Amino acid sequence: MISIEIDGKQIEVEEETTILNAANALDIKIPTLCYNELIEPYAVCRICVVEVIRRKRTRLVTACNYPLRESVKVRTNSERVLKLRRMNLELLMARAPAAKIIQEMAAEMGLETTRFPIENPKESCILCGLCVQMCQDVVGAYAIGFADRGSKREVSTPYERTPETCILCGACAQVCPTGHIRMTDAEERIIHSKLSLGPNAAITIPFRQAIPNVPRIHAEHCIHFKTGECMLCSKVCPKDCIHYDDKDEIEEFEIGAVIVATGFDDFDPTPMKQLGYGRYPNILTGAEFEQMNNAGSPTGGKIVMENGEEPRSVAILHCIGSRDENYHKYCSRVCCMYALKFAHLVKEKSNAEVYQLYVDMRAFGKGYEEFYQRILDEGVNVIRGKGTEIVPNRSGAGDGALLVRCEDTLIGKFREIPVDMVVLCSALEARSDATDLARKLNISAGADGWFIESHPKLGPVSTTTEGIYLAGVCQGPKDIPDTVAQGSAAAAQAMKMLAQGQILMDAAYAEIAEEFCSGCRICNGLCPYNAISFDETKKVSNVNSAMCKACGTCVAACPTGAIAARHFTDEQIYAQIEGILV
Amino acid sequence: MSFEPKILGILCNWCSYTGADLAGTARMKYPANMRSVRVMCSGRVDPGFILNALRSGADGVLICGCHPGDCHYVEGNYKCMRRIPLTKKLLADMGIDPRRLRLEWVSASEGARFQSVVTGFTEEIRTLGPLELRELNFDAEHPAGTAQEISAAAS
Repeated sequence: MISIEIDGKQIEVEEETTILNAANALDIKIPTLCYNELIEPYAVCRICVVEVIRRKRTRLVTACNYPLRESVKVRTNSERVLKLRRMNLELLMARAPAAKIIQEMAAEMGLETTRFPIENPKESCILCGLCVQMCQDVVGAYAIGFADRGSKREVSTPYERTPETCILCGACAQVCPTGHIRMTDAEERIIHSKLSLGPNAAITIPFRQAIPNVPRIHAEHCIHFKTGECMLCSKVCPKDCIHYDDKDEIEEFEIGAVIVATGFDDFDPTPMKQLGYGRYPNILTGAEFEQMNNAGSPTGGKIVMENGEEPRSVAILHCIGSRDENYHKYCSRVCCMYALKFAHLVKEKSNAEVYQLYVDMRAFGKGYEEFYQRILDEGVNVIRGKGTEIVPNRSGAGDGALLVRCEDTLIGKFREIPVDMVVLCSALEARSDATDLARKLNISAGADGWFIESHPKLGPVSTTTEGIYLAGVCQGPKDIPDTVAQGSAAAAQAMKMLAQGQILMDAAYAEIAEEFCSGCRICNGLCPYNAISFDETKKVSNVNSAMCKACGTCVAACPTGAIAARHFTDEQIYAQIEGILV
Repeated sequence: MSFEPKILGILCNWCSYTGADLAGTARMKYPANMRSVRVMCSGRVDPGFILNALRSGADGVLICGCHPGDCHYVEGNYKCMRRIPLTKKLLADMGIDPRRLRLEWVSASEGARFQSVVTGFTEEIRTLGPLELRELNFDAEHPAGTAQEISAAAS
């Protein structure tokens, strides 16, 4: 540790600390342009110049890269320092007059004009090289570099062509102190079609209420996974939490019950070409609109179009993919009510006109009908008729860039409604892997992919497999109160079973009459549950009655008829057959 | 009076019996010619059941199980799938039209399919006519019975 004095204040710092960091620790501000804590100091802007007094000798040095090795005095705002700093800034003003940060800095230091000739009044690059260092040392892409020499020096791409090595990470734009480099495309688009709203970093917290509330790296956007370099996030993380070599792991747990709560997939309206989803701007699904309304969204919860403006009118189309012979015949159950909530949100947050295009209004729950009435009172235009087509409004008539075509079945007329934004209330559909999961868990899934409960009225949470329970939309479309109710019921059922510590077995299982067993072992391989083992000493097979599920496959296969399925013995079935056919 | 066939249906507990139940609760009509016996799995179906049924007066036997891959017991229906063609061959050798035996997959959610399967099979048996076994000269008084019974009879 060495003791130094900055502007009369004492501080103890480690050796090799730079003056800039020492001053920061003392809350003394030294202006900089080309300093970035993530990048090795290059000391090119010369704005951070300070005076160092060492053994009665005074030197002017740059604070950002001067390492402290012995006890010295530093002056950051002496007359000599300020004079030189102004001179350097004047040179930069001549070099990059259009850079806003330089204009502000000049105003702060009382400089109005520069005495040096301005070559290009639109120039804003100060040639600090942060972008080049970023691209070469951190990202490792080598897509940009310095070209030419002397007064013609500039930051450029090889041969001034779009470089193939550029991975469009935007890191150069991020570090540029004057805003000379910009990512144009990412800035202009506010809403992406694929639910990723706004320009995203490669490491994000998925959403504000996420559990666990930790960031995750999107490998497809992360620089490290493209070039092997960067790793800035791990450099700044004080707790050393970031591991790039983490892989998906399969862990095994012993569990006593399973609650299946796998939820649903959102129906993708892209195949419904007539609705123009993904082709025309400002057509969103319910989930996308909901995400935009979230206070944590890139729009800050504001309802805006892709160009950033508030829509003048919004149409909300019900039953997209549900109650539709071509897609899903069932009713998705939640859309009517969330569509009404959307209408309320639009009315609350903007002055837009709202059109609800419904097929049947299903306001079925407690307080729901009252909410519907409230929406009507708020002046929402409610039209009975399915939105059939969305096209661009080429004539430009009315308040909207899109035209929604529908048949208003209450007045018996076709209508074309001009709107700026369309929300498609897309269906809930069973997860694409539902049948695989059903097979894995030995439960059944219906034709639509929803898991089947053991009884529609008396067993709404249990399945045909003991110890496996259903909760939520994986069993069928339902809203949040119903999901919570079913989830609680499933938890209670599982707890009940676990608390008992024992389960009631079916009395049906297979038994082997040892005296008739020839020890052929045919049954051993047939049992899907490995319930049959071979007794080497007695040379007969045995059934473990706790593991046996009474399918009877072994019974039908036994060549000596030694195996009997309790409750389904050969005698019982023969008697049934003979009795039934009389 | 037209010929009303007697048909034995052997239904697996998890898919087809539930599917039949669904057809019932949905008030779907199918011919009353089929009388059903429930087994836990189509893998339980012993070819003996089929022969016994045909001997006991059935004109046709319909076996229904879960769709391949959907068996509640993982693979019981595959066992059935291999036994039925062999049994059909056996029937043909005995001079019985193998069309009198049919294996169908009906899942728990396919009430309508159950209805159409039973209707179709009943119609087929109706056109095949009654099963005549007289000249085959069965000894109805002494059925083969199970291993236990034979052993008991022998001792």
